Amino acid sequence: MSLNELYQNVILEHNRSPRNYRSMDDTDRKAEGHNPLCGDQLTVWVRVNDDVIQDASFQGSGCAISRASASLMTSAVKGRTRREAEELFRRFHRLVTGTLEPAEAETLGKLAVFSGVSEFPIRVKCASLSWHTLKAALDAPGHTVSTE
Amino acid sequence: MTAAPVPTLATPVPVPLDVERLRSDFPILGQPVRGKPLVYLDNAATSQKPQVVIDAVTRFYASENANIHRGVHFLSERATLAYDAVREKVARFLNAGSAREIIFTRGTTESINLVAQSFGRAVLRPGDEVLITGMEHHSNIVPWQLVCEQTGARLRAIPITDTGELDLEAFDRLLGERTRLLALAHLSNALGTINPVRDLVARAHARGIPVLVDGAQSAPHLGVDLQALDCDFFACSGHKMFGPTGVGVLYGREALLERMPPWQGGGDMIASVTLERSTWAPVPAKFEAGTPMIAEVIGLGAAVDYLSAVGLTAVAAWEHELLAVASQRVGDIEGVRLVGTAPAKASVLSFVMEGVHPHDIGTVLDDEGIAIRAGHHCAQPVMQRFGVPATARASFAAYNTLEEVDALVRGLRRVRQVFG
Repeated sequence: MSLNELYQNVILEHNRSPRNYRSMDDTDRKAEGHNPLCGDQLTVWVRVNDDVIQDASFQGSGCAISRASASLMTSAVKGRTRREAEELFRRFHRLVTGTLEPAEAETLGKLAVFSGVSEFPIRVKCASLSWHTLKAALDAPGHTVSTE
Repeated sequence: MTAAPVPTLATPVPVPLDVERLRSDFPILGQPVRGKPLVYLDNAATSQKPQVVIDAVTRFYASENANIHRGVHFLSERATLAYDAVREKVARFLNAGSAREIIFTRGTTESINLVAQSFGRAVLRPGDEVLITGMEHHSNIVPWQLVCEQTGARLRAIPITDTGELDLEAFDRLLGERTRLLALAHLSNALGTINPVRDLVARAHARGIPVLVDGAQSAPHLGVDLQALDCDFFACSGHKMFGPTGVGVLYGREALLERMPPWQGGGDMIASVTLERSTWAPVPAKFEAGTPMIAEVIGLGAAVDYLSAVGLTAVAAWEHELLAVASQRVGDIEGVRLVGTAPAKASVLSFVMEGVHPHDIGTVLDDEGIAIRAGHHCAQPVMQRFGVPATARASFAAYNTLEEVDALVRGLRRVRQVFG
């Protein structure tokens, strides 16, 4: 497994210029995520209307994998229902842990760039931190999740 | 580059190390990692082991294994002698007053917990204070938080300056009427700062305050003379000084150990037991309940012999040169900021790179076979003090070379390339 497959250009680009990197004042659906191993810390905001995610955003500090993951996630979940977002997370999690069928990986769209993470088990937490935090914001806003 | 004299050593004329020969004593160093020669720069986390230590542990299990201090048979007697001989060795290595002042523990963490739970619980009253510093490893913070919660005492911390040194004016202010113990690192694992321990011990003693020194990082790198330091407790770990994991040392001043209650009860720590009450064995046995880590202690003995033969003076001088060269060359890389720039430093080079998270630095270096640590180094208050979530840390041992410093610098240039 080469380093280029972990740090694909899309990931490096989203790390440099993350999308949806802002706070949101007009929602109370917000959660904190924390990865004690690396010191990664992020906040995810989400606005839901009629069970559809209208907007999602994040802020925080973390490695390239966790920033790019949060950036691509916030873009990917917009316009999806909660149930669809949760299903996406399940597939994403299987992608980064190396248990997703290649055919299914195609359904992940841009998120498939994280396939290289499965060869670096220690980085799985970095890739999934924003997703766990999104889930907390949807399920129990205001809570802090930790990957430990 | 010429190395400056090592300020912590009494003898400034070191015998140069034969680093290549030293390297050949460590089998793991010959192993390729990710198709590249291993460059092991994570020595502050744990050191590698020389063959003599590996052999000592293997030989113990292969031909000497028995429980100690109670058997009447041949093997038990031999194991007991070997175990107790290491106590003498460690006492000499650290220049303790007597082997009775050496307690074997699982490591630095357990040593500090022992002092917190035995000495701390016996001494601390509500409103009393334990003084630590802002550069401590979690293992010299959390045990004190626990005992403060149990006793109603208060934990206070000496702040650190922008270069990563203790703020000595604040130290004098914080050392107060209610201070019952000062506990501080000899050599910071996150910053590399060498604290002026001898001076601080003297100032604390002038007010009758005992001092615990966390020597996890100093014991393998500085050469420790406990009688000169004059501290009351000193904790270190075997695995950071070429020994096995799972064994460490607590030195305690004998008069204090005598007065302290046991912290764990069980076999081997008693004089007599009835169903109503028990009496304690003399120190150090009072603090070593249950079957100890015998093989690991034997391995620690081999590590102490090995380190003594190499010579801490030579080790410290060589590591000083490695650190000086690495600090300059890594510091010169675009966007790199060193975290911890005290004049007196050893072994540890902590840094951050603009726009690149330390974890990503670690992964790119790992791809080159270079092992460093990325994270908060179990010293989160230090990270908070310097306003960084984490740092990258290269930490040196006697077997590291200037070529490995080159490899580190090349690796960091590649990090810059990857992350633009």
